[in-house]
Amino acid sequence: MQANPSALTLGPVLFSWQPEAWRDFYFRIADEAPVETVYLGEVVCLKRAPLFDRYLGDVIARLKAAGKTVVRSTLAEVMSKQERKMVEDLCADDGVVVEANDGSALYYLRGRPHYAGPFINVYNERSVAVLARDGVTNVCLPPEMPAAAILALCPQAASLGVNLEVMVFGRVPLALSARCYHARAHGRTKDTCQFICNTDPDGMTLRTFEYQPFLTVNGIQTMSHDYLNLIGELPRLQDMGVARLRLSPHSCDMVEVASAFRDALDERIDTAEAAARLDGLQLPAPYSNGFYYGKPGHRQIAAAGKR
Amino acid sequence: MMLLQQYQRPELVCPAGTPAALRTAVDAGADAVYCGLQNETNARNFPGLNFTVAEVEQSLGYAHARQARLLLAVNTFPPAGKFQMWKDAIDAAARLKVDAVIVADMGVAEYAARTYPNLRLHLSVQAGASSPEAIRFYCESFGIKRVVLPRMLTVAEISELHRQIPCEIEAFIFGNIGMMAEGRCYLSNYATGQSTNMDGVCSPAADVHYEEDAQRNLTTRLGEFVVDRFSGGESAGYPTICKGRYFCGARSDAYYAFEEPVSLNLSALLPEMMRAGVTALKIEGRQRSRAYVKSVVGAFRKAVNDIMAGREAAFASLLALTEGRRETEGAFPSKKWR
Repeated sequence: MQANPSALTLGPVLFSWQPEAWRDFYFRIADEAPVETVYLGEVVCLKRAPLFDRYLGDVIARLKAAGKTVVRSTLAEVMSKQERKMVEDLCADDGVVVEANDGSALYYLRGRPHYAGPFINVYNERSVAVLARDGVTNVCLPPEMPAAAILALCPQAASLGVNLEVMVFGRVPLALSARCYHARAHGRTKDTCQFICNTDPDGMTLRTFEYQPFLTVNGIQTMSHDYLNLIGELPRLQDMGVARLRLSPHSCDMVEVASAFRDALDERIDTAEAAARLDGLQLPAPYSNGFYYGKPGHRQIAAAGKR
Repeated sequence: MMLLQQYQRPELVCPAGTPAALRTAVDAGADAVYCGLQNETNARNFPGLNFTVAEVEQSLGYAHARQARLLLAVNTFPPAGKFQMWKDAIDAAARLKVDAVIVADMGVAEYAARTYPNLRLHLSVQAGASSPEAIRFYCESFGIKRVVLPRMLTVAEISELHRQIPCEIEAFIFGNIGMMAEGRCYLSNYATGQSTNMDGVCSPAADVHYEEDAQRNLTTRLGEFVVDRFSGGESAGYPTICKGRYFCGARSDAYYAFEEPVSLNLSALLPEMMRAGVTALKIEGRQRSRAYVKSVVGAFRKAVNDIMAGREAAFASLLALTEGRRETEGAFPSKKWR
């Protein structure tokens, strides 16, 4: 028996986009994309946030007017005074739902409802219980979580009243560092970067000595080259009881991505047809789903038949 | 001599991959040794390394008889469905009365704190707590007594942090440094299917391949990905993704996109670290040989003693032990590293 279809969410833009492009992207999402929740805010680099801050109010208003739930995401790596202040300020606003991406946000958000993002290490039921006690109502799992662990966690999270969210589309965040690798590639440092990362809307590709595309650099973040795509695993994810499925924004047609997932979730089309629509996006990299199957993350494994 | 009063005698925390290495470290002057069990519950889960519960018990006797402490690392993240193995590790630590357990996972920390309120807990570097608020979160939630700091802070930042947290600080001073924030890296899993966080393995040996061509160029591979290539004669490093060479659009040649294959060596900053309020100085290297442990622990033991006695400390012998014989002070001296 099928429970309610899972909700679709749109994760925060992880890349450095031009402010107007950022604004227009979200305006279009508000107007056209079948997603229920939109996560907003700079997660990777403090220095980028002021660039699009001036459009934040307009974007939030447009998303809310379109009936979307807006959740504010915090920085994933917090060390400096300015980074700490950014997290503190965001968490001080009782009027917004905040998704914590590091321990300092968890510190500020204790005692009121909040979300735990994919940069918080939540792998098991006891960790979910600790966070639920502090007020967490939604946990987005680390993208390396295999299906066996998601399956084991679902009933336990449900009994704690916590929704589980799984990332299903986009380049996979693989690592964070104190050093900016975009700046390093251009002979600069984090402090002297001159926003070189905003020339790469989907990140900068690293290739091996065999010229095989391998990783994607996004400031202090390292991501996969390929795009995670769990469209073939949707029936299984729904059966497990995963409440929310997260799409991570890229410069491709995200309205089409969201529509393909939504149509598959609502069984207007089967997953094969949805997969064909995603294949039509002409992305610059292949799809992968290896982490889900407990295999090397870069692999693409054939889904094990229909439900 | 006024300066001396600014130093607190720091604890020297040393790696022990095997019971023999543990005895070596204790004999060389370690104030504390840290080790792990032979399974996924610790972040150096390599074949031929680590301790059975019985070996922990024997080693604890050896250490305590020589006034050294034993810390057990239970510092990986149990995936749902496998939590029992981590519970067993905590239960064993409590039963044997180890001096502290080094934890990273919130669930493991909560289990330990709730079940064994008297068990001393240290927060592993794998927890990635890099701000006063994050550290306070762990202290207030689980009664953490000491935090092992990520290797991304400057000495000035450590000094400031010291004044803002309710627990002791342990900081790395020597050994292999990964470039990525600890506990937040899936690179190895991406290439091999073995997770650093869940399986305790980075760059597992079974997935490492060396290929030499006719010109004696050596290619190193992790899984199917080439991590580096060395021309004849160049000394080849172990293939770790964050220390490999790659191409990008901004450069014409392959370059170390993340970091050159260097080791951390903070010996020159030791007096500053001691003034910054660091309670414990940590040496990395549970995977290293007994000879390595003996040399490094011995050198740092002497250095700390010299500094405490107001003498100049000498470290010339340490360079030979660093990876590729190249060393760095990493993030510690200044922000320019970032």
